Amino acid sequence: MAEEKTPLDRQTMCNRIAMEFQDGWVVNLGVGMPTLCSNYDFGDTDILFQSENGVIGYGPLSPEGEEDIHLVNAGGQHVTLQQGAAIIHHADSFSLIRAGYIDVTVMGAYEVAENGDFANWKTAGRKGGGIGGAMDLAVGAKQVFIAMEHTTREGAPRLLKRCTLPVTATGVVKKVVTNLGLFDITPEGFVLREIAPGYTPEEVQAATEATLVIAPDLKEFRVS
Amino acid sequence: MRNKVYASFDEAVADVPDGATFMSGGFAGIGVPRNLLMALVRQGAKDLTGISNNTGGQGEVIDVGKLVENGQIRKMVCAFSAAPHPSRANLFEKLNEQGLVEAELVPQGTLAERMRAAGAGIGAFYTPTGVGTETAEGKEHREFNGRTYVLEYPLHADYAFVRAYRADTFGNLQFRRSQRNFNPVMAMAAKITIAEVEQDIVELGELDPDSIHTPGIVVDRVVKIPPPPEGIWDTPNRR
Repeated sequence: MAEEKTPLDRQTMCNRIAMEFQDGWVVNLGVGMPTLCSNYDFGDTDILFQSENGVIGYGPLSPEGEEDIHLVNAGGQHVTLQQGAAIIHHADSFSLIRAGYIDVTVMGAYEVAENGDFANWKTAGRKGGGIGGAMDLAVGAKQVFIAMEHTTREGAPRLLKRCTLPVTATGVVKKVVTNLGLFDITPEGFVLREIAPGYTPEEVQAATEATLVIAPDLKEFRVS
Repeated sequence: MRNKVYASFDEAVADVPDGATFMSGGFAGIGVPRNLLMALVRQGAKDLTGISNNTGGQGEVIDVGKLVENGQIRKMVCAFSAAPHPSRANLFEKLNEQGLVEAELVPQGTLAERMRAAGAGIGAFYTPTGVGTETAEGKEHREFNGRTYVLEYPLHADYAFVRAYRADTFGNLQFRRSQRNFNPVMAMAAKITIAEVEQDIVELGELDPDSIHTPGIVVDRVVKIPPPPEGIWDTPNRR
């Protein structure tokens, strides 16, 4: 059974995260890869996308030429509004975020640690950074999911015992999807729940600094 | 009620002194007071402290970055002081790396709430945001109901520049869609608030009092954006 060893592509990773969203959830998607979660076919599941610039209930991207000049999501993409949408100002938007009205935020990260810390606002050796709304979302959303590549371009691990970069928040990450699999963060650390096709748990461990707990019921990465 | 309509952006920003602190609204290119910022470039005030979500775009983008390019900015208080990748560094980031400007990096929700506090007469507040991170270092921490919070102070400004959709002559403002973002919060946090307005400025009584986002008592000057090319209008983002 020489199954082809292929890391997961970004849409597949984000589809898997989107499968975790439950009916009625208010979802915040970070800039970049996490926005792909909105491409998932939610069927009859009712999901409300919230964006930190005060848009509650946005829909698909606008076709080119039909953009509303006053309406974008947090990534600056022109979006449409769902029926029943609401607009509020920035201070109110972050009030909702801090107060726990957001069920899940999906963000990218440079590093995630086995204690639930993560780092996504500042890279090594630079004076400035880009926090954006990440720190508020990380402490305020009911759950924090991370979508990221398993290693750096140079192959260095990014699932670590402890973060080396300045952290965005401590102890908040619940679930991580990478191009090698799906991980829960538990008091025992990273638990490998689902694995990319063709990979062995040993290969995933070799690309990971933290010690993985392999779920007794480890499954192949779900795509539907 | 006082008529606050100014005939030009240049007149509206004429009294901004060197060393002033200003807020500039807008998020992801929407609701940015581009006309007022360019008037301030022409006016030339120096040594300014800017408070804005980010530190500006590059090239043809008209925003707070034009003041950076013109050497008018001493410091920015912002949620983004650097691009995600060094290859996309803007001028402010390069100047910051060289120590030629100063940056105070603030989580976006804390930035908004510090403005809100300033406009709401609040002396300080505790937030859970940033606890355990660099942004909370050296600040007072306190526990409430088993959770740790960090003390943050209001952000006041001498001027707020905002972009609105509709206004009346008294300065009652309405914003459209995500144009609202920081604009109403900034309008309340500054001593002098100046609004550039997209639609024709209407007479008193024409705006529904139940649908005012920013009341005119916190707005000091309003200027109608003229048609292009004299006025600066937005084009769709390409991202």
